[in-house]
Amino acid sequence: MAKITSEDNERDLIDVTGGWLGGLRDWIDERFPMTEFWEKHVSQYYAPKNFNFWYFFGSIALLMLVNQILTGIFLAMNYKPDANEAFASVEYIMRDVNWGWLIRYMHSVGASLFFVVVYLHMFRGVMYGSYKKPRELLWIFGALIYLTLMAEAFMGYLLPWGQMSYWGAQVIISLFGAIPGIGESLSTWIRGDFTISDITLNRFFALHVVAVPLVLIGLVMFHLIALHEVGSNNPDGVEIKKNKDKNGIPLDGIPFHPYYTMKDIVGVTVFAAVFAGIVFFAPAMHGMFLEPANFEPANALKTPDDIHPLWYFGPFYAILRSIPDKLTGVVSMGGAILMLFLLPWIDKNPIKSLRYRGMLYRRLVIVFGLTFAVLGYIGMQAASPVYAEVGQRFAELYFLFFVTSWLYSKPRSQGMMVAVFIIVMGLITVLDAIGWDPNEVQLKLYSWLVPGVYCAVFMLLPAFFPKLNQPEQVPDRVTTGGSH
Amino acid sequence: MKKLIVLALLILAPLAASAEESGMSPANVDISNTASLQRGAKYFTSYCMGCHSAHYVRYNRLGADLGLTDTELENYLMPAGAKPADTMDSAMPAADSEKWFGRSPPDLSLEARSRGTDWIYNYLKSFYVDPKSATGANNVLLPNAAMPDVLWELQGLQKPVFKKNEDGGQTFDHFEQVSQGKLTPQQFDQVAYDITNFLSYIGEPVQLERRNLGLKVIGFLILFFLFAYMLKREIWKNVH
Amino acid sequence: MSDEIDQSRRHFLTVATVVVGAVGAVMVAVPFVSSMEPSARAKALGGPVDIDISKIEPGGQVKTKWRGKPTWVVQRGQDAIANLKNVDGRLRDPASKEDQQPKYCKNEYRSIKPELFVVVGICTHLGCSPLYKPTPNDPEVSMDWPGGFFCPCHGSKYDLAGRVFKGVPAPLNLQVPPYKFVSDAVIRVGDDQGAA
Repeated sequence: MAKITSEDNERDLIDVTGGWLGGLRDWIDERFPMTEFWEKHVSQYYAPKNFNFWYFFGSIALLMLVNQILTGIFLAMNYKPDANEAFASVEYIMRDVNWGWLIRYMHSVGASLFFVVVYLHMFRGVMYGSYKKPRELLWIFGALIYLTLMAEAFMGYLLPWGQMSYWGAQVIISLFGAIPGIGESLSTWIRGDFTISDITLNRFFALHVVAVPLVLIGLVMFHLIALHEVGSNNPDGVEIKKNKDKNGIPLDGIPFHPYYTMKDIVGVTVFAAVFAGIVFFAPAMHGMFLEPANFEPANALKTPDDIHPLWYFGPFYAILRSIPDKLTGVVSMGGAILMLFLLPWIDKNPIKSLRYRGMLYRRLVIVFGLTFAVLGYIGMQAASPVYAEVGQRFAELYFLFFVTSWLYSKPRSQGMMVAVFIIVMGLITVLDAIGWDPNEVQLKLYSWLVPGVYCAVFMLLPAFFPKLNQPEQVPDRVTTGGSH
Repeated sequence: MKKLIVLALLILAPLAASAEESGMSPANVDISNTASLQRGAKYFTSYCMGCHSAHYVRYNRLGADLGLTDTELENYLMPAGAKPADTMDSAMPAADSEKWFGRSPPDLSLEARSRGTDWIYNYLKSFYVDPKSATGANNVLLPNAAMPDVLWELQGLQKPVFKKNEDGGQTFDHFEQVSQGKLTPQQFDQVAYDITNFLSYIGEPVQLERRNLGLKVIGFLILFFLFAYMLKREIWKNVH
Repeated sequence: MSDEIDQSRRHFLTVATVVVGAVGAVMVAVPFVSSMEPSARAKALGGPVDIDISKIEPGGQVKTKWRGKPTWVVQRGQDAIANLKNVDGRLRDPASKEDQQPKYCKNEYRSIKPELFVVVGICTHLGCSPLYKPTPNDPEVSMDWPGGFFCPCHGSKYDLAGRVFKGVPAPLNLQVPPYKFVSDAVIRVGDDQGAA
């Protein structure tokens, strides 16, 4: 099969090989690695030819970063970071500034969609083992981007200075107060004041508009550099660099330009239609993207009935709230985020893609996705004993995914799997006994079944039916690639 | 594919959870109904602006959106001395209103976005006679409201009938008319609706324009998608 | 799927996609660029301003601010009005050919009524606010000073109709804003609907 090069397609639009345009290009290339960069990273950078739908989200995430920065700059032209003027300046943007309403909605909807895209992007990594060697550092940069993005969104949400802005920030910053010893001083240092005030607002503005975006841009650059160093993974988890032709080009690779530039343009267009649909028809998304309480100016003397962060913090907020003790809750929430960073060293199974890891692992991953979604839902609800209990159980399932992933890292003996089952369920039962409340016996017993069934299915079942965990044969070359 | 469906369902589930409050009649506002908005504007300036501002709304914006000329604005809606570019500010000084009512009447520009139109519609209809309160009135949706029953002449006076709960408390059941107002109940409902409609409009004046534009933008994106997709398939013919 | 690559179809689709894409890019840019135009609040604050001239006397000056700029009404006596044409030879643009005034002020007085001169007090050189020096032969300005405006920053001079002298840094006459007489006692600057 003939080698695919971009020359076959590039001849069309602009002929850069000659004339004054070619001369300009040469002048630049003598002083700056423009063409060299273009070839190394775009037109002769080879990516697996079997990218599917899940591979759109990286470039869409980059686009969302650009969107947030662009709309953010124009918002900052009119926004006033002063407690007395912030709320009014947002309404000024919505009503008096030409097209201000559109720029504002693109920014607020963009923030939520950014997280949707990032979560889908991360889920792709979990499915196809994109965090495994040699891509551990790539994954770490990604986890850092996720963490930084959460900080950016948190600080951004204070800026409109609505009721939810103020009280949401009050709650989250007080979490730092839970840290023994330094907690209170830390919270005060973050706020710059003894309570959330104009001082906090001003500094969050500086951080949100300047400092954290710079960090984000840097991290994204490192993320892409790390990616280009090792090359993309793919849905089959097959390393395309293992099979090259006589010119050193991976047999299953195609140049990023024009194939993926063009395909990404199509993907971006579909995404843009979804984005436009929300911005123009449901920008508040029924209170999920813009909460009703935030249309009321911040009032330090009046607490809203229900304080919760925006939906994208839901899962971690649920884990935090599911544990009655403040410090343990904070530690659990931190532990949940830490798990993401440690994943490459927890799941050491050499098979990358879930396509070849056996039917039970595929269900494990699906259940993990569901767990995350359920936790997110619970994080959005007003606190109640039932939700707290369900939240606790699903938090347990969240951590159990990592335990089970570790267990599945290599074939385990029946004895070992049963032992792990007993230890895990024993630990959970002990934790239940510690927090024993006689009023809640029935609830506790029923909900114990949640981790109980989970562990029975994912730990006991394969102990006695090893076929469930039997991996499929990983192919040498990618499958179902090419024209769609 | 399965994962997508599950994911989609989970994303959409919270939307179902955010349905209306129970027990309230739905307002069903329609801000494309300009006549209703014009009436609502008139009621607002007559009955509400004595105490409440709509500080983020300019008269000339009302004129442009509701189809009113500057002269009509000046004759029907604007207080004396105001200019069309001015904002809808109440004449009542904030310090005095706090003294008289115990709290400042809140600005209503964003009330529809924070309380919701259903709440406002029902609130306007839920005032009742209460000799024990400072204003002589109370409200089922906002117990011990500092706001007097400004629309009593139109609605007439009503009193609440409660029914006993199992735990000894009581819940509101229905209203009984004590004295007639100038309007029939349906006419008054229309007034409450018009005011609610108007408040929904001023909460976000660009709503109608936003939706119209959205259709055009998505239409354009569909057009671009067709070209882009055809080009993508054409280029990918090289890949096997 | 055909293995033939139709170059002309490929070329057409590429051009068509790029063109439609470029149109889209422009459409996206429009709201951002437009958002930098004066907002409704800027237009409201930049609205017309009424000046009360009931107490003004010959040689007198009433000052106000319109669109953030110092705006003056100056009363010229009969001598000053008669003297205006004598200064023509010393001026860069005595006939007000440059577009620095509304068309109803494109006359020898650069005003609607000869006695009352309305002007924006910003020097056309680099933006300082000139001093009002109505007295002829004022020693602080020069020996043959006809009366007018003197800018201390770089020495630009204007006559009592705001017309710029030759040999000074400023290139243009002082700007006359749109205005009208709401009544004999009130001038409205910034609105000239229905003016002569």
